Amino acid sequence: MTMDPRTIPIHPEGGTKSAAFEYISTKKDELVGWARKFSIFPYPFVTACCAMEFMAVSSSPYDTDRFGAALPRFSPRQSDLLMVVGTVTHKQAPILLKVYEQMCEPKWVMAFGVCATSGGFYQNYAALPGIDRVIPVDIYIPGCPPRPETVIDGIMRLQDKIARAKHPIITKDF
Amino acid sequence: MGAEVFEPITASLASGGEEAGVSHGILVVNVAPSAVEAAARALRNRFGFDVFLDVTAIDWIGQSPRFEVVWHFYSTEHKVRVRLKTRVPESAPTVASLTPLYGSAAFMERECHDMYGIGFAGNADLRPILLYEGFEGHPLRKDYPKEREQPLVPYRDWVASERGGD
Amino acid sequence: MAADPRIANPVRPAFVTSDREGSVIVSIGPSHPATHGTIQIFAELDGERIVRTDVHCGYLHRGFEKECESHTWHNLIPYVDRLNYCSALINDFAYVDTVERLMGVEITPRCKYLRTLLSEYSRLADHLTCVAASLMEMGAMTAFLYLVMIRDYIYEHLADLAGARVTYSYGRIGGLARDLPDGWLKRLGEILEQYEEFIGRVHGLVDRNRIFIDRMRDVGVLTTAQALDYGYTGPMLRSTGAPRDLRKDTPYLAYAELDFEVPVGIKGDNYDRYYVRMREMDESVHMIRQLMDMIPDGPINVDDRRCTFPEKPVVYGEIESLINHFKLVMEGPRVPAGEIYFAHEAANGELGFYLVSTGEGVPYKVHVRSPSFVHMGGAHLMLDGYQLADLVPTFGSINMIGGECDR
Repeated sequence: MTMDPRTIPIHPEGGTKSAAFEYISTKKDELVGWARKFSIFPYPFVTACCAMEFMAVSSSPYDTDRFGAALPRFSPRQSDLLMVVGTVTHKQAPILLKVYEQMCEPKWVMAFGVCATSGGFYQNYAALPGIDRVIPVDIYIPGCPPRPETVIDGIMRLQDKIARAKHPIITKDF
Repeated sequence: MGAEVFEPITASLASGGEEAGVSHGILVVNVAPSAVEAAARALRNRFGFDVFLDVTAIDWIGQSPRFEVVWHFYSTEHKVRVRLKTRVPESAPTVASLTPLYGSAAFMERECHDMYGIGFAGNADLRPILLYEGFEGHPLRKDYPKEREQPLVPYRDWVASERGGD
Repeated sequence: MAADPRIANPVRPAFVTSDREGSVIVSIGPSHPATHGTIQIFAELDGERIVRTDVHCGYLHRGFEKECESHTWHNLIPYVDRLNYCSALINDFAYVDTVERLMGVEITPRCKYLRTLLSEYSRLADHLTCVAASLMEMGAMTAFLYLVMIRDYIYEHLADLAGARVTYSYGRIGGLARDLPDGWLKRLGEILEQYEEFIGRVHGLVDRNRIFIDRMRDVGVLTTAQALDYGYTGPMLRSTGAPRDLRKDTPYLAYAELDFEVPVGIKGDNYDRYYVRMREMDESVHMIRQLMDMIPDGPINVDDRRCTFPEKPVVYGEIESLINHFKLVMEGPRVPAGEIYFAHEAANGELGFYLVSTGEGVPYKVHVRSPSFVHMGGAHLMLDGYQLADLVPTFGSINMIGGECDR
């Protein structure tokens, strides 16, 4: 089970917030989580062969639009899911970092394909051995390239993760 | 098939007794490094080899001269290919650039320089094309270890809890 | 060595300032939807007009040639697949064909016809992707969805054959990985009929569309002289009017026995490149239909101990076959010392493999002459002088595939 820092309780000992506050806060998190998970705006950071499967999963046969995640925003300021599709090389790594840092919270990162996950079978001077060496990753989708069903499974797991998470929207506690 | 095309080329380029022969349908001519530009000019202007396909190098580590630079040309008229080869030593790995003759030479010479460190005299723009600024070394040389990475962005500090696991 | 982590541009542009008044220098890419992911173009803009460009590739350089030097001749077939990943089978067959010529191995007739059919099928998938992506980038989402639907049928169909949708690793030195499953050719006929219906719709939507013509006609013009000077081959050269095609000029595989035309364009602009690709797809379908009736029966792998794995029963039964299998796996097929350059007509043009062998089971050098890389060298010819918005369709019509360009 992943330890997502956002699900660590604010006051592990029970704390000073009232039960009513906790109840309302949980319900708020569920509502915001539900809204956020069904309106994902991906930024497709597309580099290599996985792009073919990304195009396939966005089109009619498999359709990410059912999940609310179809509309790509090609500006990092307007998107919340950074889909790193394909191999990231050392030359491309600074650009990846810059794009990630330009995105606003809340943001999630999907490593699409084994090259983004671990470097794939390019273990040499040129390829970054996994994008988690430079940015934190929320969901890893293996495959070279992954079948569209695998990608959809990954999106659904990410949606579960978003739904379970804490969503502080007004203050850092609420 | 290509014999009637190859004979005059061999006579012209290998006139000094250089090694020339047909290998798998391609005429291969070995020339001295100083004769490369004249040979390419002859191929283009006299023999009609209008498409410059490729330039690359082979690192014969342990041999001297160490690098063998290989050019491929294609003639759309005769539909045959010619391979031009030369050897340059490690201490002075420079050959003439074909950019005055062919526009496609620009990018390909940059790549050969990137990968092997071959200098192309006359090509003013030998910036890294496949590699990046600050990369030290020439990766396709046999003494460059495959796994030696030169990261541009320093690696993150992985925290065990962030990596997951039970 | 680690450079400053705040660096976001690890390249040196050819120009950073301009003495032209009112010019702006803009970096387009390398993470940009229209540059197909990994090309960076430094453009000097005078208003909307592009004055000059400096094209940078290499952001997807994955060290293919270095990887090949540490894998056996067989084990590097998956790397070869990922060069032009839109038409992976053509790369496979070009590579194994080159190795077979160096080894002196003659493939079986069934294998020859199957490879030809699958090469054309792959070319179909590649052109579908190129046309779909370039239409989508201009806003024609419907055409994209139609074409990707057909491409998806092709992918599923090839998954039935090779096990994977996009990168197959299906070619083997001396043959193919496996034979056709039952009913494969029947489904192929169905897909070709559906293709014709969908392509008819796309033609109807796009060909005489005023907006499409205004955006594509006389934009990104390339003359034949420029194209030959800059090493262009394939649909880009044919769109300028030169009917050069390796399948006709120096036939290989079964192309000499097929009846097909080589479509050429008139002016070398974007519209011609679009139309040449559409016509090439029709010619590919015509060739596939001919080939479907021409495939003979017989084995698909040549019976040559140097490269073909022996059958499992004899591997477990005879010591010679066991040793043969062991050596092929551990050391790789021994290719006689020498070198060879051979090229196939890939979807983008002349895809050549230059192999150097020292007699080992591992290559000494594998070099790819990739059409996309060469095309990037002349991209400025088609971009300079046009508007910024013209960059998108022009770039789409070049069909730069990052895996092939940067290797």
